[in-house]
Parts: sequence; structure tokens; C-alpha cells
Amino acid sequence: MADTESRTETDAQIESSKGEDDIIKIVAMHKWFGEFHVLKDINLTIKAQERIVVCGPSGSGKSTLIRCINRLEEHQKGQIIVDGIELTNDLKNIDLIRREVGIVFQHFNLFPHLTVLENLTLGPIWVRNTPKKEAEELAMKYLVRVKIPEQAAKFPGQLSGGQQQRVAIARSLCMNPKIMLFDEPTSALDPEMIKEVLDVMIELAETGMTMIVVTHEMGFAKTVAHRVIFMDEGEIIEQNEPHEFFNNPRHDRTKMFLSQILAH
Amino acid sequence: MTLGKEEKTPAVTEDGGYLPGTHPDLPPPSSVHGPVHWIKVNLFGSVVDTALTLLAVYFLYSALTFLVGWMFINAAFTGESRNDCRAVADGACWAFIGNRLSLFIYGFYPEPERWRVDLSFVLLILAIVPVLYEDMPQRGKALTYSCLYPLIAAWLLVGGFGLEKVSTDQFGGLMLNVVIGVTGIAFSLPIGIVLALGRQSQLPIVRILCVSFIEIIRGVPLITLLFVAAVMLSYFVPPGTNFDLLVRMLIMVTLFASGYMAEVIRGGLQAIPNGQYEAADAMGLKYWQSMRLVVLPQALKISIPGIVNTFIALYKDTTLVIVIGRLDILGIGNSSLADTKWQGLSTEVYIFVALFFFFSCFSMSRYSLWLEKKLHTGH
Ligand SMILES: Nc1ncnc2c1ncn2[C@@H]1O[C@H](COP(=O)(O)OP(=O)(O)OP(=O)(O)O)[C@@H](O)[C@H]1O
Ligand SMILES: [Mg+2]
Repeated sequence: MADTESRTETDAQIESSKGEDDIIKIVAMHKWFGEFHVLKDINLTIKAQERIVVCGPSGSGKSTLIRCINRLEEHQKGQIIVDGIELTNDLKNIDLIRREVGIVFQHFNLFPHLTVLENLTLGPIWVRNTPKKEAEELAMKYLVRVKIPEQAAKFPGQLSGGQQQRVAIARSLCMNPKIMLFDEPTSALDPEMIKEVLDVMIELAETGMTMIVVTHEMGFAKTVAHRVIFMDEGEIIEQNEPHEFFNNPRHDRTKMFLSQILAH
Repeated sequence: MTLGKEEKTPAVTEDGGYLPGTHPDLPPPSSVHGPVHWIKVNLFGSVVDTALTLLAVYFLYSALTFLVGWMFINAAFTGESRNDCRAVADGACWAFIGNRLSLFIYGFYPEPERWRVDLSFVLLILAIVPVLYEDMPQRGKALTYSCLYPLIAAWLLVGGFGLEKVSTDQFGGLMLNVVIGVTGIAFSLPIGIVLALGRQSQLPIVRILCVSFIEIIRGVPLITLLFVAAVMLSYFVPPGTNFDLLVRMLIMVTLFASGYMAEVIRGGLQAIPNGQYEAADAMGLKYWQSMRLVVLPQALKISIPGIVNTFIALYKDTTLVIVIGRLDILGIGNSSLADTKWQGLSTEVYIFVALFFFFSCFSMSRYSLWLEKKLHTGH
């Protein structure tokens, strides 16, 4: 678990840095799927080392929002600036940004034809031109960090869901990203595997990684997030630090959502 | 496994059952498994089953004894004419095939140069090995050789650059089938991959070109394309230049197979979940990298049965060159039937030709099964 001490420490760092290390800046951003207005006037600034949890009902646009940050989805209006680089149609910028941003998907999306180790070394070898041996050492280091070095030679299909998701996290980390996006990383997992993945994420949080996590794990949000964002129908309805967000929600829709999600 | 279980001493209750948590692993009851049981249930389950089984065994037995007798026991293997065969045995007259074997293999390739055909066959086998066996040492270098093989073979077979020239008109027999088949197989796969990817392209022009090409190729019978190659293509080349007929046929056969290949591979591509493309993109792989490293290995694996199916169809279609006057193994067989010395031996000839194709195609299909099993990674 993230001890409160390390958190206040990063909090202090964030206070002290006045805006200049905004690592993600989204300004008046809109997105449509055809005629469907899926994201409406999104304004969001995220500081380096900040940890954000995004929640909201199904279909509210949470996945679409974080997928816009590494251009898996294209926005049609407004600005997205990641680490000082603006996302435009310029392929070079997209490449640069993708090098800085790792993403972990709900369904892992590991490459089933490659071993765990090959999954991890693929990016370093082909994108970062790391020599194979070095890439393997790096991969093993991250496999140790997600606590499954012994699975390196197996294929993803031979692992449990929780193990696969940890491999996926390690695969992203191998690219040495500045920002990690998580799109419901635990919602495809059996209950007994959720904890092992959350534990890895909490440890990652303690290293000071900038994280944006779409999740319904409210316990995780309470202990790890600096800020919780509530989305509904493509809009950011409310955002606050977790204690206030859960104990003192302002907006009716937030209250309703929280009562539903905490009811079971 | 059993060792671990033995420590769990089964505790038996009064009525003969086991206490919860102590049930040992028992073998399945003998009545539901084993070959004897299978035979009993499936072959002799009822009076009708039994009768059918016996009848089938009888037919199989008589067919096999006849075939083995005709093909081997009562067959003549030497002789100079059909009468020589009949004098010694009333079964198959394999002497005919033996007598014509070099014609069947080399067609009209000039005799003193036939070592070049033999050499290119041997080199072909050496070129295939690294393609088939992923685990061989030094595979990278060996694959470079495999890629160069078509050039080497073309030089060996056609000549020039120090070798005596042999006109492609003189190609024939089994060698012609292999030349067309191997060329088609080697080139239709990469062209098919490019067409399949092009069909999914974001660029409308590329997409339209690929779709039209595939649909035109698939909408026209191969025979028609071969006639086009034989007659019409010469209109497109400047008069006076000679565009070799065999090359034209090779192009047509390859393009024809590529059209089918593209559709087979497109099926494989569609089976790859979007998440795979997204994970590759998010990692920062370029388009061709993500195709080569992530998407195609999976798509091709799924497509193996369809790909091999296309290969086999192509290989058998090589006999169609007969329509433009080239004599492949089947054509040679047909024409040798006209020899009065060897009249009435069509059965032997067709069985020989059929066996040649059967073994070629059967090994391809076995290899593909083996490959599928090998590539299965638990997904
Ligand atoms: N590729 C697409 N084309 C058209 N509509 C889409 C596409 N992807 C998502 N949508 C729609 O956009 C809306 C937002 O989708 P999104 O996946 O962002 O929701 P979400 O908040 O992540 O929901 P969930 O909790 O179910 O994952 C949904 O109504 C969805 O149907
Ligand atoms: Mg989602």
C-alpha cells in the first residue's frame, strides 16, 4: 500500500512546481465518432508525477479520453499537449509522444505468438534500437518488478489473467515512459487476481510515475490518487482530491454514481 | 502425481463411500475406454452394424488384394514393348514408365545438359530447408540463399553467362510442373500479402487498385488467363522483342494464385483483434514493423490451411499449360500413349502421374499440419 508519507512528499513536489512541469495539457478538446459527440470541451492539466483516477458510468468516454492522449483516437477540436509536444497529424509528433506514454489495456493485448520475454523486448529492440542482450536484461528487471521473472519463457496464453496483466504493465515500463495510462486494468480479471495487479500499480505509483487510471476500484482511488475525475456523457463533471470527492461530492450525478458503485 | 496422492489415505465411510476431501483418483471404468470397447460399440453395436462392418471389410480386402496384385505381384518392370510385359505378367506394365522416365522428368531438355536440371532440383531442396525449419542454425544466411535461389535456378535452367542456352520451349515433363509450381508458390505469397494489406489500406487509391486486381483475377478462369498470356500479351510488348512464353505463363499463374492468396490472408488479418494493432501502435512501432512483427505472424498462422490449399491448387493447375501446347508430366504421358509399341497402357500412365501429384500435395498438407501444431502457443 502507498504509505501516506511518500504521498505527501510527492504532493509537496507538485505544490512547489508552479505549472512549468505540466506534463499533459488538454485545452477545449472535442471528439466525435461520426455524428456522435463523445468528448465535449475537455479541459485538463496534469502535472508530472501526478496520479489521476478517472471514473464514470459506462459509455461516458473515459477510454476515449485516455486513448486520445497517445493518439489511439484522434480528436477533432482543441489541443492536447503532452510533455511540450502538441498532438497533430504530424506523424513525427505522434511517434515522439508514443515514446513517452505507455498504456495498459483492459484485455492486456499481449502478443500471443511471442513469449513473455519477447513481448517485453519487442519495443526496446525495434523502437529504441536497444541491443538484444541489453533489452533482455531490462525486460528481466521489470519482470522481477512485477514479480513473475520465472514466466519469461512462457507464452501469454499459458498465464493467468493477473499474470498477463502484470506482463502488460512490464511491457509498457520497458519503453521507459514518462506517463502511464491504464484503461480498466483489473475489470477483466477474476476477483482473486485483482489485488496482485493493483499491488504492482501501487508500487509503480510509489516510484513517482505519472499515472492516469480509468478504474472502478474506489479503494485504489482513495489510497493512490491525487485527484479523482468524474465523467458523464463525454464531459468532466467534477474533479477533486479523493477525500473530498468521496465524502463530499458536489454534483448530483456524482452522488448518484458513487451511491451506485459503493452499493455493492 | 500418484506419489502425492498416496499420502492422502482414503477414509472410507460405513456405506462404502469416501469422506469428503479424501477421494482418491481412480482409473476410468474399463467398459468406457480402450480399443476393444471402441470396436464393440462402433463396429459391432447392432446386427446392422455388424453386417455393414463385415461387408466393408470384404470389399476392402478384395480391392486391396486386386490392387497389390496388379501393381506389384503381377507387374512387369522390364521390357522393351507392351508385348514384352504381357509375356511375363498380366498386371501393370511399369516397364513403359521406366522406359520413358527421362522424358517424364526432363521433357525435351537437351540430354547433355540435364545435369543442370538435376542440380537445380538438389539446390531447390537445399533452398526449401531453411524456409521450413525455423530452428536450424545459421538460418539468416541460409534464407538469403533461399531468396537468391530463383535467380540461380533460372540461370541454371535457361543458361547464358557461360552455360549453353536452352530454349524454354524445351522445358517439359515433371520439371515444367516444378518450375511453374515453385515459382507460383514462391511469389504468390509475398504478392498476396501485399495485396491483402493494400486492401485494408487507408489510402483509397491503393485500396481500389488492390480490390479491382483481386476481383478481376478471381473472376476469370485460369485457362482464360493462360490464353491471354499466350496470345494477347504479345500485343503489349514492342514488335520484334520476344517475351518468352514460359515467363508469360509464370506471371499469369503467379498473379492468379496471388489473387486467391490475398483473400486467404485477408481472412487471417480480420481475425486479429484490434487490440493487437493498438498495442503495437502504442508501443511506437511503425506500420511495416507492426505488420511484420505483430500482425502478419499471427494472421499467416491462422491462414496456414488456406495458404496451403492455394499452393496445392496452384501446383495441380500447372497441368493446364497443356492448353497452350506445353507438355508437362501429364502432357508427356498423354502423348506417349500414341506410341504403337506401348499401346493401351493409359492406366499405368495416369496412375504414375496421379501418384506424382498425390505425393507432392500430400507432403505439403502434412507439413502444414505439423507447422500448425508447432506454432500453437496456447491461444
Ligand atoms: N470506435 C468507435 N466508434 C463509434 N463509437 C464509439 C467507438 N468507440 C467508442 N464509441 C462510443 O463512444 C462512447 C464512449 O466510449 P468509451 O469506450 O470511451 O466509454 P467508457 O467510458 O470507456 O465506457 P466503459 O466503462 O464501458 O469502458 C460509447 O457510447 C461508445 O459506444
Ligand atoms: Mg472503457
